[in-house]
Amino acid sequence: MVELKVPPVNVTGRNTRIIPVEFEYYEPRTLKEALMLLDEYGESARILAGGTDLLVKIKARLVEPKVIINVKKVAGLNYVVEDGDLVRIGALARLRDLEKSEIVKKYLPALYDAVKLMGSVQIRNMATIGGNLCNASPAADTAPPLLVHNAKALIASTSGERVVPLEEFFVGPGKTSMKPNEMLVEIIAEKTGKGSSAFKKISRVSVDLAIASSAVYIDGEGGVVRDARIALGSVAPKPIRARKTESLIRGLKLYSEELREALNALEEEVSPITDARSTAEYRKYIVKVLTWDAINTAYERLVR
Amino acid sequence: MVKVSFKVNGELVELDVKPNELLINTLRERLMLTGTKYGCGIGECGGCTVVVDGEPVLACLTLTVDVNGREVTTIEGLSKEKLTDVQKALIEEGAIQCGYCTPAFVVMSEYLLKEKPQPTLDDVREYLKGVLCRCTGYINIFKAVLKAAKSRSEFRG
Repeated sequence: MVELKVPPVNVTGRNTRIIPVEFEYYEPRTLKEALMLLDEYGESARILAGGTDLLVKIKARLVEPKVIINVKKVAGLNYVVEDGDLVRIGALARLRDLEKSEIVKKYLPALYDAVKLMGSVQIRNMATIGGNLCNASPAADTAPPLLVHNAKALIASTSGERVVPLEEFFVGPGKTSMKPNEMLVEIIAEKTGKGSSAFKKISRVSVDLAIASSAVYIDGEGGVVRDARIALGSVAPKPIRARKTESLIRGLKLYSEELREALNALEEEVSPITDARSTAEYRKYIVKVLTWDAINTAYERLVR
Repeated sequence: MVKVSFKVNGELVELDVKPNELLINTLRERLMLTGTKYGCGIGECGGCTVVVDGEPVLACLTLTVDVNGREVTTIEGLSKEKLTDVQKALIEEGAIQCGYCTPAFVVMSEYLLKEKPQPTLDDVREYLKGVLCRCTGYINIFKAVLKAAKSRSEFRG
């Protein structure tokens, strides 16, 4: 018997018509101003970017910030640019900006897949990539694609900047390795290079949070997996890389039965929970199917 | 209180608002523009869709202070004098049942037709998937939007 544990009520039962919390409100125009405000208010402050996660959480009283720092008007943080073998994405780039970016489509195909599938047009007009990552949901759709593109996070505070591999950026559900006075300013991802990438997810309807998701980067010269990176969403307390499986599939033939069997190792690498969206058992199973599909799609993009 | 000024349907509005006031409540309760509907309040139903600086967003997840200096268009601004061809097509195709979601569908359809004057059925589904119709009359809504698109492109020649 599978015991179904339904998570605690969040929004249901709350009045979502109003924001039940009063806060001080700041609208910095420069990054420096924003960082100074973060220094001053630290943990009592929350950064407002798109608002599609934060305001829902405040309505549900999951967070009750005393100070809101609206960074939407901070200049110069919404961009997607090429930099040699890298793509640099400003933290305030909205999902719709990424969807419309030829650079993302060409060099980060898995991320393009992900943003196309995220929310509605209205949500994508509001939500930012920085917000999606800082919210640190295990189901954040932008995370697995960025993980397979070896992305790094550029984090700033008044005392300077530091670069953190995205894998170390996520700590647990809702938790990042950023300090309260720090802000994510840029995401630096590697271009596809010799390989290609793809992202697959399963959800009840397309605007829903993922039941499970998988992003794959593959270099498959001559029909054999030369290099592979796999990242998974919604199957662990944070988005994860599946390094053991990656090493197992190197050298295997694409579309082969051996490759399909090797993906069984994913079961050992994930630690999914049962919640309202799915059971742990189903997640363990479906993540293998999603990875298989993502490998094939990425390879088809490569040979096309 | 914060002083804000922004345009709503072409007219300048100046108000004192608390930072936690939501755009949907400013529109509905202070400006009496009740065409924008409250549905879920958490960004899932799309009933509160309005256009800010040319882009559709959700008024239930937008702070009024945040639209300071910007331009908001609601359903009232889209059909000021008479029905638009999208609205006419919705009526003709029997796409309005209880009507609660209709304003949001009109707002999103107008945006779709601006971005893609000759949309495919897939385009229509993609742009309208963020508005929920609990009477589930989607097929007739899609038909109506395609019809409006066709009549517009024929009008243009």
